[in-house]
Amino acid sequence: MSTNPKPIAAPGGDAPLRTPTNYQTRAMRLNSARRYLMNHLVTVLAVLSTVAVVVPLVAIFAYLLYKGASSLNLAFFTHIPAPVGEPGGGMANSIVGSAIVLALASSMGVPVGIAAGVYLAEYGRGKMLAMAVRFTADVLNGIPSIVMGIAAYSLIVMRQMHFSAFSGGVALAIMMVPTITRTTEEMLMTVPHAIREAALGLGVPKWRTVVSVSLRTASPGIITGCMLAFARVAGETAPLLFTAFGNQFWSFKLNEPIAALPLQIYVYAISPYDEWHRLAWAGALVLILMIMVSVTLVRIYAARGILKGAS
Amino acid sequence: MSIEREPEPSSPPTAPSTQMAAMPLHAPAIVNFVAAAEPVAQNGPPSPIRQFLSKRGNGALADNAFAAAMLVCALSIFAIVLFILTILIARSRLSLAQFGFGFFTRSAWDPVSGDFGALPFIFGTLATSLLALAMAVPLALGVAVFLSELCPARLRAPISFLTELLAAIPSVVYGLWAVFVLVPIMRDQLGPWLYKVLGWTGFFEGYNFGVGLLTASIILAIMILPIISSITRDIMQAVPVSQREAVLALGATRWEMIRTGVLRNARIGIVGAVILGLGRALGETMAVTMVIGNHPVISKSLFAPGYTLASVIANEFTEATGDLYLSALIEIGLALFLVTIVVNAIARALVWAVTRGAPARSI
Repeated sequence: MSTNPKPIAAPGGDAPLRTPTNYQTRAMRLNSARRYLMNHLVTVLAVLSTVAVVVPLVAIFAYLLYKGASSLNLAFFTHIPAPVGEPGGGMANSIVGSAIVLALASSMGVPVGIAAGVYLAEYGRGKMLAMAVRFTADVLNGIPSIVMGIAAYSLIVMRQMHFSAFSGGVALAIMMVPTITRTTEEMLMTVPHAIREAALGLGVPKWRTVVSVSLRTASPGIITGCMLAFARVAGETAPLLFTAFGNQFWSFKLNEPIAALPLQIYVYAISPYDEWHRLAWAGALVLILMIMVSVTLVRIYAARGILKGAS
Repeated sequence: MSIEREPEPSSPPTAPSTQMAAMPLHAPAIVNFVAAAEPVAQNGPPSPIRQFLSKRGNGALADNAFAAAMLVCALSIFAIVLFILTILIARSRLSLAQFGFGFFTRSAWDPVSGDFGALPFIFGTLATSLLALAMAVPLALGVAVFLSELCPARLRAPISFLTELLAAIPSVVYGLWAVFVLVPIMRDQLGPWLYKVLGWTGFFEGYNFGVGLLTASIILAIMILPIISSITRDIMQAVPVSQREAVLALGATRWEMIRTGVLRNARIGIVGAVILGLGRALGETMAVTMVIGNHPVISKSLFAPGYTLASVIANEFTEATGDLYLSALIEIGLALFLVTIVVNAIARALVWAVTRGAPARSI
C-alpha cells in the first residue's frame, strides 16, 4: 500500500515524477493483491455457507408444509386413531391430550418461573446467591429432556405404579422453569428504576410495587417469554415417552395415560403403515403451525425492543 | 433560592411548564410541615397523617412474606437439580453396586442374562455428536460472520428469523423428515457416492442401510446449526464497534478486520457456543433414535448402525423388565445428566465471560 503521499523524483533525474499509484513495488502490489483476494474469498465462503445452510433448511420446511398440507383433512381434527388396517382416523384425542398436559405444565411452571425471575431482578441484584441461581437456571436449560422424563418417572410413575398425564405435566413444567426465569429477569431489568422509585416514593409497599408496577410494565415481554417456553415444550416427545405414555382413546383424567401430539407423531412415523405415515405428516404440520404462531408473536415483540436476549 | 436551583441545573430558565416551576416551590413546604409536626405531636393529639400512617401499619409482614415466596421459588431451581441428581442416584443404586465404574467400560448389553455395559452407547453418542459438530461448526461460523458483518441490513432480519424458526421445529418432526427423506438419500445417492470417493479410508465400509451413525450425525448437525450460529452471532455483535473501526482505520481489509478485530476478541464466547451445541447434541433423543439404527455395536464404519445414551433410554425404558435392567438404564440417564451439566456449565461460563462483561470466575 502506498504510505508515502508525496511524489518522489526518480533516480534517473529527468524521468517523470513517481505518483503514489506507481510508487508501489512489485512485492507491495502482490501483497495487497493477496490480501484483497483473501478478503473476497472469505466473503464468498461466508455467503456460500449461508446459502448452504438456508437452502436445505427452507427445503425441509417447505417439504414439511407440502406433505402436511396434502395429508390434512377434517377427520384429523375430529376422529381418534383408527385400528390398524382401517383407513381414516385422526388425532383429535392427541390434540386435546397435548392441550391438557401443556395446561398442567404451564400452571405449575409459569408461576414458579416468574417468581424466580422476580427474585433475580428485584431482590437479588448483585448478590452471589442470585448469580448462582442464574447460572443453575442456564445449566438446567441444557439438560436433555429425556433426563426430565426419567426424573418424573422415578418420582411419580414408580410410586403410583402407572403412567399418568400428571407426571407428563411435571416433566414439562420442570423444563419450562429455567426459560421463563431468565426471560422474566431480562424483562424486569429493562424496567427503569425511576418508575419503581416513583411507586415507592408514594408509600406503596415493595411487594405491591413489584406486582403492580415492575411486572406490569414488563408484562408483554414476560408473556412472550412464557410463550417461548410453551413453544419449546409443546414439541417435546422424550419426556412424555414414559410419563404420559400415549393413549389410543379419549382420556380426560389426569391420573391415567394420555395421548399427546408429539408422541403420536413418533409412534406413527416409525410404524410400517402408509396410512399412519400420512397422519404423522399431518400431525407434524399442526404441531409446527402451533409453534410457529407463538415464535412469530415473540418475534414481533422482539422487533419492538421489548424482548431482548430471551433465547 | 440558590439551593433550589441545584437539583435541575439543566432545565431551561424559561420553561413554560407550570408544573416544573411549581415543584421547587412546593418541596420546602413539605419539609417544613414535617419538621413542624414534631413538636405539635408532643403536646396535642397526633396529626391526621400520623394517625393514618399508624393505622395503616408499615406492611412489613406482607413485604417479607412476598420476598420469602420469591426466594423460595428461586431456590426451587437448585432444588430441582439436586432432586434430579439424588433420585437418579437412588434409582440406579442396584446397577451402581453391581457393576461399579466398569459399567462405562464394558460393551456387553444382555438384558436376558442381566449383563450391562454402556461403552457402545458412549461411543455412539460421542461419535455422532463430534461428527455433527465437525459438520456444523464451520457452516455456523460462516453464517454468523455473514449475518453479523457482511449481510445487507435488509436481509439480516429475514435470515435470522428463519434460523430461529428452524431452531423451534421439534426434534420429532426433524426425525420424521429424516426417516422419509434423508434415509433414502443416504441409501441411494450419498452413501454409494461416499463409498466410491472415500471408501479407501475404511470409514464407509459394510452394507449401507441408510440408517446409521452418519445419517444420525447429519440430522444432528442440521438441528444444532441454528443454535450455534445464533449464539455466535450474538457474541460477535457484543464486540464493540470501536474495535472494528480501529482495525479498519489501520488499513485492514474487511476479512482482516473480522479476523483480528472480531473473531479474536470473541473467540472465548465462540468456543462456549460450540460447547453449548455439543451439549445439545449429546442429549438429543428423538431424531437420533429414529435414524441411528439402534444396535449396540462399536464399528469403524459410519454406515454401521449405532446406539446413543439417550436413544437406548427412549427405546428400552418402558420395556425394561427386571429391576437391574431398569436401574442400568437410569444409570445411563445419570451419566447423561452429569456429562451435560459439566458441558453446559463450561459453555455458559465461557459465553457469560464475553457477553456479560462479568468475569467467569466470579460465578
